[in-house]
Amino acid sequence: MTPASFDHHAPRTIDEALGLLAQAGGDARILAGGQSLVPAMAFRLAQPSVLVDINRLTDAPGLVEESDRLEIGPLVRHETLRRMPSRTPLGEVLAHLADHIGTWPVRTRGTFCGSLAHADPASEWGLAVVALDANLTLESASDGPRSVPASEFFAGMQMTAAREEEMLTAVTIPALPATARWGFAEFGRRTGDFATVLALVVHELKGGRMTGVRIAVGGVEDVPRRLGPAEEALEGAAPSKVRFEQAAEIASEIVEPLEDPLSDALHRRELVREMVLRALQRSTR
Amino acid sequence: MRHLGRPLPRLEASPLVSGRGLFTGSMQAGDHLAMRLVRSPFAHARVTSVDVSGALALPGVVAAWSWSDLGDLPPISYRTGDTGRLDGFRQPVLASDLVRYVGEPIAVVFAEDPATAEDAADQVDFRAELLDAFIHPVTSALGGSSDHATVALVEQGFGDVEHAIASADIVVELELEVGRQAAMPLEPRGLIARWDGARNLLEITGAAKIPHIDRDLLADQIGRPASRIVLAEGHVGGGFGARGEIGPEDVLACLGALRLGRPVAWLEDRREHMTAAPQARGQRHIARVAAQDDGRLVAMDVTFMIDQGAYLRPDGLRIAELTAAMLQGPYRLDAFRALGDVRLTNKTPAGPYRGAGRVEGTFVRERLVDAVADRLGLDPVAVRRRNLVAAEEMPAARGVTLGEVPVVYDSGDYALLLKRAEQTFALERLRKRTRTRRSKGEAVGFGLAFFVDRSGGGSGDGVRISVDDTGTVEVVTGAADLGQGLETAVAQIVADILAVPYTDVRVVHGRTDAIGFGQGAEASRSTVMTGTAAQQAAEKVREKALAAAAALIGVSADRLMLDEGEVRPIEHSDAPGLPIGAIAHALRPDRAAALALPHSPDSAGLSAEAWVSLDSPTYPYGLAAAVVAVDEETGAATVERFFVAADVGNAVNPKLVESQLAGGAVQGIGGALSEELLFTATGEPVAISFADYALPTADQVPDIECLITDDAPSPLTPLGLKGAGELGINGAGAAIAAAIDEAIGTPGAVTHLPVTPARLRAVLRGVS
Amino acid sequence: MSQIRPLSFRLNGVDTSVTVEPRRTVAEMLRSDLRLSGTTVGCEQGSCGSCTVIVDGEPVRACTLFAVQLEGRELRTIEGLARDGSIQALQEAFVEEDAVQCGFCTSGFLVLAAAALESDPFIEDEAIDALVSANLCRCTGYGPIRRAVRKAAKTTRRAT
Repeated sequence: MTPASFDHHAPRTIDEALGLLAQAGGDARILAGGQSLVPAMAFRLAQPSVLVDINRLTDAPGLVEESDRLEIGPLVRHETLRRMPSRTPLGEVLAHLADHIGTWPVRTRGTFCGSLAHADPASEWGLAVVALDANLTLESASDGPRSVPASEFFAGMQMTAAREEEMLTAVTIPALPATARWGFAEFGRRTGDFATVLALVVHELKGGRMTGVRIAVGGVEDVPRRLGPAEEALEGAAPSKVRFEQAAEIASEIVEPLEDPLSDALHRRELVREMVLRALQRSTR
Repeated sequence: MRHLGRPLPRLEASPLVSGRGLFTGSMQAGDHLAMRLVRSPFAHARVTSVDVSGALALPGVVAAWSWSDLGDLPPISYRTGDTGRLDGFRQPVLASDLVRYVGEPIAVVFAEDPATAEDAADQVDFRAELLDAFIHPVTSALGGSSDHATVALVEQGFGDVEHAIASADIVVELELEVGRQAAMPLEPRGLIARWDGARNLLEITGAAKIPHIDRDLLADQIGRPASRIVLAEGHVGGGFGARGEIGPEDVLACLGALRLGRPVAWLEDRREHMTAAPQARGQRHIARVAAQDDGRLVAMDVTFMIDQGAYLRPDGLRIAELTAAMLQGPYRLDAFRALGDVRLTNKTPAGPYRGAGRVEGTFVRERLVDAVADRLGLDPVAVRRRNLVAAEEMPAARGVTLGEVPVVYDSGDYALLLKRAEQTFALERLRKRTRTRRSKGEAVGFGLAFFVDRSGGGSGDGVRISVDDTGTVEVVTGAADLGQGLETAVAQIVADILAVPYTDVRVVHGRTDAIGFGQGAEASRSTVMTGTAAQQAAEKVREKALAAAAALIGVSADRLMLDEGEVRPIEHSDAPGLPIGAIAHALRPDRAAALALPHSPDSAGLSAEAWVSLDSPTYPYGLAAAVVAVDEETGAATVERFFVAADVGNAVNPKLVESQLAGGAVQGIGGALSEELLFTATGEPVAISFADYALPTADQVPDIECLITDDAPSPLTPLGLKGAGELGINGAGAAIAAAIDEAIGTPGAVTHLPVTPARLRAVLRGVS
Repeated sequence: MSQIRPLSFRLNGVDTSVTVEPRRTVAEMLRSDLRLSGTTVGCEQGSCGSCTVIVDGEPVRACTLFAVQLEGRELRTIEGLARDGSIQALQEAFVEEDAVQCGFCTSGFLVLAAAALESDPFIEDEAIDALVSANLCRCTGYGPIRRAVRKAAKTTRRAT
């Protein structure tokens, strides 16, 4: 399981990195944490001729929390998010999700942006950016930066809107109101494995009623997505077991689950119902 | 200090906690060639061409061979020497006209380094016409010999099963399946072969478990005298049955070393291991049990089919035979029949894995007993208790054979073990608490399974002990160590007899040039067989030492004692003694005659040899119990507590025994809940990495609670030893199945291991 | 053919220079180029943790890191930790608790635990249990490893 040969470049600046990507003409891959890419190369499923190793960038933005948003640069590791000191609702959500990613040695290497770029449908971060209405900044040497909403970023199983010469240089997540409630639930075979199904719920309780309800699921279809009809079923409603069950039921009905040898579509559908229900329940604890 | 029976720290651990283990991959010579297999991507295809020229064109590639380059090389043969009817089911070293599973070797490349070898393997051009893959052995024809896929039928039994079933009060029939799984040691396999031209000797490192047997098999395969081959094991990163089954890779590495005149290292990678190493279980059963209304079992009738994969391995039909021979377990029966049907499929060939045939058989038998209890409204533990073979019935002939050897349980007090387990683990209270939790709405249940295992037996295990002038003892064995603690156990046995600290005993194993014969470490034999040989050789050494000391001191041997490494007169136990090293010095061939010591020209020095032969194996036994909680919405099952109680006759080192039980139990939990090798309809393996094959992780398993008893020493050996290696895994699947049934309130719900969440959800959907 | 690169880093406290192909993983470099075979490789894709090493104080799987990425970094392996005595409490506890059977995964667990105890000497038992779940062992059933790391943590705490 030796990767096929490649050239390794470790640029110091984002511009340099973008230049290398442009020059390679689609035959390059960006090496960030390497926790998905390197195994894929070991299996020779990925055989890039050039690796643009961004771990030496000196001008990459880090993790910056402003009053209205959180910005996450290309080298922010899962472990950094897990340990972030932020006590805002958004900070809490991200730290909680990070805790469900891989294991410590994986989290010390793997990056937030790398995970998004890899676009595994069961990624915690894919779910998060979709549920939290994040904006992703893609940059290329020729066209400069462009902003893509998370809902348009994922194009399929391990496929994204990023062009080959583009790099995901930053993700901006709007802050959650101080009164925001959230709940997360996932089902996986083992701690550290990619989940089979995961769900994230965010809303606010105003006067005993739920507003701004966002329900997203991952691992179910080839991309993570929000489930509008389930959200609508709860918008303006008082939280209750019955309401939650109704919404979870809707969620399970409108998804078109993937099938794999370990979980058939019916099982995934059941898991959607249950994970959405549990996430909702946890959001009102 | 007494050693036997004490939980002493294992001697093997020290280098392994400092990164000084010498595993196969750590022993490469500087100038070795890397060997890489090209493997079939198809499950079933007719080979059109295999062109290795692309590989040969790469710089650094020394050789690349397909079948046509090999010459007349026989397929991999059977250890049993079995020929005739099974000849056609042997695996060729490289595929010739047909490939029969994904992963089957079709070409081999030798290069200066592993990366180049892998690059070159990618350049081999393989063309083939796809054929339909035979993936699911047909169930309807179960037991029929007409189907082309049946390799052989294996049958065992006694009594009139049909009559017993017809006249019993109740009969229950179940269809039960255990999915394909694998031993999955953490170190992949590997082999380093080096031809030493100066000595005309082929030196092999790597294949472990049964070094002498593997050497003999390899000698046959490559047509060399066994004496011109030395096989030596290093540290071994786990075996559990799968390692040390000679396969095409082993033969090719030897052939490479001989033909190319360079050392060859084959180091399997994990992906290869997942499709090339022996897989196991994969057994489907149609099982009937007949019982009386009072819960007395009358008869069992089990037809089973083994999904063997594409070829037979060197162990031949052993797993089918083991299943049939051990299926009755601890229960009395009037009649019994087991019919095994070994079927070929287009999958990786199956082979041994810890608990082979017994894990499957225990699952079937204990599911049947649970079904009887449910049908009759009796307590499942009580039904077991009433049917156990009694201590007074030992030795108990079971009316079946394994190979030519009749199955006769040597000793056992099954009822006592059950009682002691109930007391030690407070099982009644635990069951009550589980019932209470269930009454409050929790899906939690308790399950228990009883089992009998088989260990040791046969001939060919010997030990040679010699003492050097410093009093350090060398014990040369024909056993192997795969991490079970062989060195420690043997050292403890010898240390007591020679009155030296066990740290002064060096145990040699896994070297075919160190001793003439050896049966290695399979079938839980090493402590029983090698341990007994070590005991007998040590006693001879002790006698020899006392006789020599008697001559040296001038006191008759029967008035001497050996204590703390010194011989002294019994009457003067505080007198300065004669160190055993000094006796060894005096017994050196050049000195013994001069000192006029009793010595024999054919047994020089303070040394002795002993060989053990047991007509019948020993039969350790035990029970497994589990408390399992089920998340009914997701189908996830969590083992909250897991117990193993086992009688090993005489535990040389209870700590090592406990480690065997606990490690085996966790493998059993994996096999019960998560481990499965699935294949697509066209025969592609689904699991090709540790990410796909769900070995248990630490957070999924509780600390295993163990009870080790020695109430029933084996009458077959002086120390009463029985093996412990396969007891932990044996009952796990059965106990967990019963616990899940109880948790979800549906007797007989679990019929298929592993009980994955999706599978359990399917069961629950059927229930609601 | 791809580039062969000179590479300098600190290995177990010693400045080290080698030349490697970019595709060489840290695990392969240690085992083949530097003959440090205490770092074992069980899966080559980051699942089993046998090859865990410490890079700049953090545990990393040496099979998913390319050697060229080590330039200027500080790498520590089981050999270094064993030599400098910093994992003595862990080593003793592993032996006492019989947390070593075949020993193939042992280096990885020791290095992982060493990194955890260094980063938080007051690590709690629950965190240790989660930590141990990061790596695979096929022999022990994990109980002895959990107990050994807890025991070593206690010893380390007392010494702190």
